[in-house]
Amino acid sequence: MKENFFKGIIKENPVFVLLLGCCPTLGVTSSAVNGLGMGAATAFVLVMSNLAIALVKNVIPDKVRIPAFIVIIAAFVTVVQLLMAAYTPALNEQLGLFIPLIVVNCIVLGRAEAFASRNTAVASMIDGLGMGVGFTFALLLLGTIRELLGNLSFFGYKLVEADGILIFVLAPGAFITLGFIIATMKWLKERESKRTH
Amino acid sequence: MAAAKSSFLNLVITLTIVTLVASLSLGYVYEWTKEPIAEAQMAKQLKAIESVVSGYDNNPVLESYRLPTPDGRDSLEFFPAKKKGELIGVAVKTKSSKGYSGDIWLMVGFNVNGDIQNIFVIEHKETPGLGSKMTTPKFLQQFMGRNPATMKLTVKKDGGDVDAITGATITTRAFSGAVQTAHETFKKSTVNGAAN
Repeated sequence: MKENFFKGIIKENPVFVLLLGCCPTLGVTSSAVNGLGMGAATAFVLVMSNLAIALVKNVIPDKVRIPAFIVIIAAFVTVVQLLMAAYTPALNEQLGLFIPLIVVNCIVLGRAEAFASRNTAVASMIDGLGMGVGFTFALLLLGTIRELLGNLSFFGYKLVEADGILIFVLAPGAFITLGFIIATMKWLKERESKRTH
Repeated sequence: MAAAKSSFLNLVITLTIVTLVASLSLGYVYEWTKEPIAEAQMAKQLKAIESVVSGYDNNPVLESYRLPTPDGRDSLEFFPAKKKGELIGVAVKTKSSKGYSGDIWLMVGFNVNGDIQNIFVIEHKETPGLGSKMTTPKFLQQFMGRNPATMKLTVKKDGGDVDAITGATITTRAFSGAVQTAHETFKKSTVNGAAN
């Protein structure tokens, strides 16, 4: 049970280790708030679609499995978008097209195929939650670093009244930051394995 | 654990049920969020209007109307600001598609003489740190209280009166163009006496 939750955060982190869902990862993380919002929206869809798919998996014939999963996922994504438009309109505008694009995020369908279609409802929910938290953590980390370096602010709060390193809030900054984070994680892992051998 | 049989009938029935349930629940959520979404959009419009015209006591959104631009290719939304029934200014929602990326949407506030009261950037997708500087007071300051009849709304580089944002001449051009369109449409409307 614990393993199902924690594997998504570090060991199988969808962004840093599996390198899935890179499009929203690179696209929206220009600030910490955006990263957090996008992560939370995806986490909600992951948990709900994993739960729904685990519940109906036995009555869905194998041949129409993928279309059925996609319909379920798309329904939850639309729910998220309507809720965000109603209650967090500013964030909804910032994230724009990336919210509907959660439908085609490979993490969501990936977990449905790899986990929810083979496991119980509770285990699938926990798996979805773990992956969702891992994804949110990754986006929040990226967003925080990029906002700090690019805009010298933290969650919109300006730390120093000066211009930051502009490139970090632009698209290339996303690649650079992600690259450095992955390199750091690899380095830590290697050091770990050297110590145990 | 055996999955349901993949007979043709089974496939059709399953997919029908799945899509039916999905659309029913979506219909429910849509009904539920319809009002808050409309309210949020109204609040956004009002916020933009509030920051460009002041001192009115009506609801400009409820009295809004559209007027065609002089070139007749588009129409702009006008939000009349009235105090005790008398027109004191107009907020004009205008846009430019000539920005660096995507459309730039502005709300321009005019008083009855056509002087620019203030400009509010509703929406843009310009480069952060360059074009996005058009939302800063430092840039907007130069338009306040000026009348486009006497201020040439083109970038200085093109022989106009607008100080361009460093590194974002395209954005500045688009911005000035949108304000110019708003002014021309506004002027035409007052000449024809259509503003009321």
